[in-house]
Amino acid sequence: MFTTDRTSGTVLALFALVVIWQSQSLPFGTFWQPGPAYTPVLLAFFLLLFGALIAATGGGSERVAAVGWREWRHAAAILFGCAFAAFGIERLGYRLTVLLLLTFLVKGVEKKGWILTVTFALGLAFGSFYLFHTILRVPLPRGPFGI
Amino acid sequence: MLETLQNLYLGFSVALSPVVLFYAFVGCVIGTLVGVLPGVGPLAGISLLLPATFGMDATTALVMLAGIYYGAMYGGSTTSILMRIPGEAASVMTCIDGYEMTKRGRAGAALAIAAVGSYLAGTLSVVVLMFLAPPLANFALRFGPPEYFALLLLGLLVLAYMSTGSMPKSLAMAAFGLLLGMIGIDPMTGFFRFHYGLVELGDGIGVVPVAVGLFGISEILLTAGQPTPPKVIKPRLRELLPFREEWRASFGPIGRGTLLGFLIGIIPGSAHIISSFVSYAVEKRLSKHPEQFGHGAVEGVAGPESANNSATSGAFVPMLALGVPSGPIPAVMLAAMMIHGINPGPLVIKEQPALFWGFIASMYVGNVVLLILNLPMVGLFVNLLRIPYPLLYPAILIFAVLGVYAVNGSVVDVWIMAVMGVLGYLLRKFDFETAPIVLGLVLAPMLEMSFRQSLRMSDGSYAIFVSRPIALIMLMVGLALLLLSLRPVFTKAMDWRRSLGIEGKTSLGEEKKI
Repeated sequence: MFTTDRTSGTVLALFALVVIWQSQSLPFGTFWQPGPAYTPVLLAFFLLLFGALIAATGGGSERVAAVGWREWRHAAAILFGCAFAAFGIERLGYRLTVLLLLTFLVKGVEKKGWILTVTFALGLAFGSFYLFHTILRVPLPRGPFGI
Repeated sequence: MLETLQNLYLGFSVALSPVVLFYAFVGCVIGTLVGVLPGVGPLAGISLLLPATFGMDATTALVMLAGIYYGAMYGGSTTSILMRIPGEAASVMTCIDGYEMTKRGRAGAALAIAAVGSYLAGTLSVVVLMFLAPPLANFALRFGPPEYFALLLLGLLVLAYMSTGSMPKSLAMAAFGLLLGMIGIDPMTGFFRFHYGLVELGDGIGVVPVAVGLFGISEILLTAGQPTPPKVIKPRLRELLPFREEWRASFGPIGRGTLLGFLIGIIPGSAHIISSFVSYAVEKRLSKHPEQFGHGAVEGVAGPESANNSATSGAFVPMLALGVPSGPIPAVMLAAMMIHGINPGPLVIKEQPALFWGFIASMYVGNVVLLILNLPMVGLFVNLLRIPYPLLYPAILIFAVLGVYAVNGSVVDVWIMAVMGVLGYLLRKFDFETAPIVLGLVLAPMLEMSFRQSLRMSDGSYAIFVSRPIALIMLMVGLALLLLSLRPVFTKAMDWRRSLGIEGKTSLGEEKKI
């Protein structure tokens, strides 16, 4: 049966094994003179141990299917927004990226009216740029046509 | 004593300079807003505002960030009392009796007691911080790599022990955070570890993208799509004065909350959260009328609110005296110090007296500012909750992206934030605490360096960790905590039916998980 603890414990243990595997490319050193791989392997070993312990004692925890995932559509849309921001901020510039991202979230996801969406998106995109870039001197990227 | 007063005079000359005073005020206002808004905790608030401090000097930046931290503690009480919405986690306990007082028409009194309690606790704990930090820093000058290794290890174990969840889960998260801290160039050999072709990872993964992702983005992912904001109750100014009996009942809890909060604040962990829970439990235990708790007991507001404010000052003790963060918020503040060219550690107090004493003095000033802000202007802050969440969370998301990008001007950090957001979302769904990851990430380079330096010092002999008394004591305490808290895991595991998750019948005939 898939419980939250069993699943998470197993994933953590597998992640630890991946780290140990990946550490092979680095010098391990010796027990007395540790190399760059020594601490990561030691920590991964502890993670493996705790992951196995969580999985082994996690039979009584909540089933994965019982965990509520009602908000997953919103969560997926927000994550898409984060990814878009990471992709666009240097290509399109801060203001254009924020403008498009806010339009997507407020109009596309939250189904608000166009007037509210455009006012809010323009206000926040240009307002935050002015506050941080112009007043607080935080360097923010500009996109095409210097926007 | 005289030296301390002279130093404090120096501190006030810094803190009362117009620029520092202005940014202390700005920090307090932002902190109050952060505290009022559900979903934006002090950690996310400090992380988001970190880039805005780049143009300031170190003292001003630290004063503003600290203002956000303790401002959030004040602000968190407002929504807890008026709407039963904890603006941030440390205010959960205030919801219980604070909201009950509101329902009985005593909202103003609850707000006043929370604000005065927070003010007294904040001010008194700064006095203790002022006297405790310098001698502790002097003591820490005796620390070598073995002592630092033992101290950092003890810090992680105490954090896991104090966490509200299960110890193996907290330790797993700490190990995961430490592993994240292994990414980047090994300072002792120059090997580039786990970079996967990304040169941006040379200095390792930053604290800010991880903290904003795990706390800020995951909160947005969990709460977006929730129903419209609840009704807002605004108390009138003349209703703010508590009755004499309410004052009388509050002084004891404020005193105990201050002491408890400060002591818990020094210990690694989410001190401001834990301290409010402990204070509530203590007040209920000591009360002659424990049955009133949960039904509007003023002690249930005064104690936890004082404790969480006092804990913020307590958390600054190891940060300022030892350069060791006691939780994720001091960890981000340490990162801020490093960004501004300050090397955290016991020498900060001696080498940067204006920074240390200016910071201390600004906390006195900040507490006065917060008292003024939080009573007459409470209605103004509450109005923020009228902003619909479908507009609020996109704005928070934009500030998260902006804040994370601006630290290094790196898109990789924004990707890390997004990945950490998903991870935080899943971990919280699966009942894991995420604070140990942030602390592990910050401590990892120090821990590894002190471990390997210790072995260099001893020609590879591990006896160095047990042959030095300070290190030995700290390791013994850590081991004791580890054994104590792992005991229930093993006793539970002995029940093979439970460990296999087999369903069974109770004596009452109800089906339940054994």
